[in-house]
Amino acid sequence: MDALVGPARAGNRTSALSGFLEIRGIEKRWSPDVAVGPITLDIARGEILALLGPSGSGKTTMLRLLAGFEAADEGRIGVGGEDVTAVPPARRRFGMVFQHYALFPHLDVGENVAFGLHGGGGAGVEQKVSQALALVDLTGFERRKVHELSGGQQQRVALARALAPEPRVLLLDEPLSNLDPTLRERTRRELRHVIKRIGITTVFVTHEQDEAFDLGDRIAVLNGGRLEQVGVADELYERPVNLFVATFVGRANVFRGRAARDLGGEPTPDGQVLVVRPERLQFGASGLPGVVRELRYTGPATFFLVEGEDGERFEVLAQPDAARIDERVHVAATRVIVLPEPGPRR
Amino acid sequence: MSRARWTLAVAIALTLLLAWFVLYPIAVVGAEAANGTAWHDFLTRPGEWAALWASLWISLASVVLAAAIGIPLAFLFEWFDFPGRKTLGALIALPVVLPPLVGVIAFLFLYGESGFVARAIQALFKLEQAPWRLQGPLAILLVHAYSMYVYFYLFTRAGLARLDVSMLEAAQALGADRRGTLWRVVVPLLRPSLAGAAILTFMTSLGSFSAPYIFGGGFRVMTTQIVATKLNGDLPLAMVETVVLASVAVVALLILRRTEGNDILVALGKGIAPRPRPIRRAGVRRLTTIAGWGLAVLLLLPHLTLGLVSLVPYGAWTTEILPPVINFDNYRRLFSEAERLRPLLNSLWMASASTAAAVLLALVAGWLVVRQRVALRRVIEGLLVLPWALPGTVFAIALAIAFSTNAPLQLRFVLVGTAVILPLAYLVRALPLTGRGLLAAYRQLDPSLEEAAASLGAGRWRTLARVTLPQLRPGLAAGASLAFVAALGDIVASIVLYTYETRPISIEILSSLRLAETGVAAAFGVVLMIVSAVVLGVGARR
Repeated sequence: MDALVGPARAGNRTSALSGFLEIRGIEKRWSPDVAVGPITLDIARGEILALLGPSGSGKTTMLRLLAGFEAADEGRIGVGGEDVTAVPPARRRFGMVFQHYALFPHLDVGENVAFGLHGGGGAGVEQKVSQALALVDLTGFERRKVHELSGGQQQRVALARALAPEPRVLLLDEPLSNLDPTLRERTRRELRHVIKRIGITTVFVTHEQDEAFDLGDRIAVLNGGRLEQVGVADELYERPVNLFVATFVGRANVFRGRAARDLGGEPTPDGQVLVVRPERLQFGASGLPGVVRELRYTGPATFFLVEGEDGERFEVLAQPDAARIDERVHVAATRVIVLPEPGPRR
Repeated sequence: MSRARWTLAVAIALTLLLAWFVLYPIAVVGAEAANGTAWHDFLTRPGEWAALWASLWISLASVVLAAAIGIPLAFLFEWFDFPGRKTLGALIALPVVLPPLVGVIAFLFLYGESGFVARAIQALFKLEQAPWRLQGPLAILLVHAYSMYVYFYLFTRAGLARLDVSMLEAAQALGADRRGTLWRVVVPLLRPSLAGAAILTFMTSLGSFSAPYIFGGGFRVMTTQIVATKLNGDLPLAMVETVVLASVAVVALLILRRTEGNDILVALGKGIAPRPRPIRRAGVRRLTTIAGWGLAVLLLLPHLTLGLVSLVPYGAWTTEILPPVINFDNYRRLFSEAERLRPLLNSLWMASASTAAAVLLALVAGWLVVRQRVALRRVIEGLLVLPWALPGTVFAIALAIAFSTNAPLQLRFVLVGTAVILPLAYLVRALPLTGRGLLAAYRQLDPSLEEAAASLGAGRWRTLARVTLPQLRPGLAAGASLAFVAALGDIVASIVLYTYETRPISIEILSSLRLAETGVAAAFGVVLMIVSAVVLGVGARR
């Protein structure tokens, strides 16, 4: 196991500011209307970066560009100072875990994990296979058939297979989307634990905010082929740079006009909107007036769906007994985010 | 960029190669027929019209007869449970996998005028002559029905197996009785399957050669008419006849395709198939069992007879009901006499060569069409399946004519008379079989498997050897074994194109029959049957 966790990999965390994996103005044009990029992004050695975005945002294309399965039309990709833009996947030394794992069905678990291990001969390969399997807690699974495994086990075999050749970068395509929800959360923790122990630089794709927050050190939000914002979780949540990030990451109420003025205490400038997270709204004696229309009970707190006087609807997260349906309430904001009204996209 | 250009170059090379030996010979025949004067002969001779008409009505009647046997059998085996259902169900699909020639001579030995049954009746009633002559259209129809019911049987069973039981229950819940359900739900849902079987049966009958050749007597269909004209040396007329047959085949295929209807019908039924119902009443149950077994024996009897005849030495069996002597004399001769062993070896190497080439071409085509999605993919796919749409006779004549002239500038070379021409002819017929098998397998292959191999550091060839080929193996093996068996049992291309040096098994069977060496012919038939069965068995293994 130490071979995989070796010092070369653990890396030098102090140099985290310099990019180990450098993405410079990378662009892929599918057609005149559909393109991904240009995207520039630096990922530090040992960092886990989440590519978060709705379907069609270009996150999978981005991952495939990194893996080398798609050729970029513009830009370059560097790793550890080496330009790998034109290096074919087979020589790029990037490990990849596919969405449906892509385990070879005609090979057993051990053969799958050994696939990327060249040379060295029998004993060395065997040892590396068992180390890789031990890493994902599948010791002794070498001779098992792939289709006999559960979904979670298959996912771990795919991870072990990708890690065994000691790649420079690990890529994960929706690594948890094929698992059932209860398993997902646990696997997420285990996955992060394994990756951090090895210290491998990792990029993974997800469309779920929870997953991105939980697994990623930083999150890059993609939309319509463009990079909207990169940052750690609370940055994205508390200081979104635009309305897309504000509404895609976490729940957000958007206020305009009179409602915005009532909440913000002063008129919002032209071309600006007010964004307030549900937990930053509270019921009080004064503020924006409205009527509670629906309740959604979630256990520790309750979402109150409130309709304002201009017909606008928004959510307030509060104690379950804070209000009742049809009750007239006043709502005040404890923290507001002012963002520009999105114009037509270029 | 250079990679893309290289792919394009391969695609163009493959397209040209396929076009050269699949399409070009037909184009040559078409052009030469159009310029010739034989159209007048064709249009004015009643014999030609009779043959064309015969081809059409025999094919239609074959569809009706095959459907009449195959569909009820399919319902019986899919919906009712009785002892031996599984074994019998597999057994009665057997004739489809054996070369037609084997079926035809087996039929001859059983029901022919000097066959087992006729002989038994003759001896029983002490008749002077054989009680019947198995010749003419009825004999052809009998053989067709006997071998082609399997298409309807298999297609209908597959269609029934795809039915969603909840759909039948829905019909019943809506007040339809059993017959109403059958006519208003089951039959419409089966339409694509039935149409598929009908197309296959019609096209096979239209191209059928061995049955009309052996049982036709003076009765000619287009395939036998063409070969006869060619062997008489009237090439211009043979070309016209070939063009006519090819056109009929294409038109028929286009018309029949429209009956197939919508595939969505089938795709919808993605539920649990109805389970076979055990037959409750003891009497009915016994009757069904007996009928099932009886039918299976009846259908397999010809092949058993073939085995028996192959054990009777030359001249030993004259008027007796059962053969007086049985030994392995014929097999001994077959393997010890150099001149008899030769056709066997010829057939084996020619079938192997054509299959290997067909597999290779299919692999390249599959990679280009499915993986690279080259611009020429529809053309390549079309060229691959074209030989399926046209009768073998058409290709036999086309190759015979295109490659009997030396005109390098027109890309025509003298291949007729060389050892190359028969494997080439077999290759043309093999392409749809390997091509379809491989394309289907390639389409099912998850592209991320190959990407996974690449990301693990495997180069193109290692990925091909370790991941792609192992994954394609079932489709490849199925296609290759069908192609091999088709080449082994081919008769029409062989008759038109063989030389004494390269004569294959089928030609040797025919000449043995002509010399009344039925034992040797049957022994060849049995060898053909066994090799085919073994090859197909290996090919079907997962």
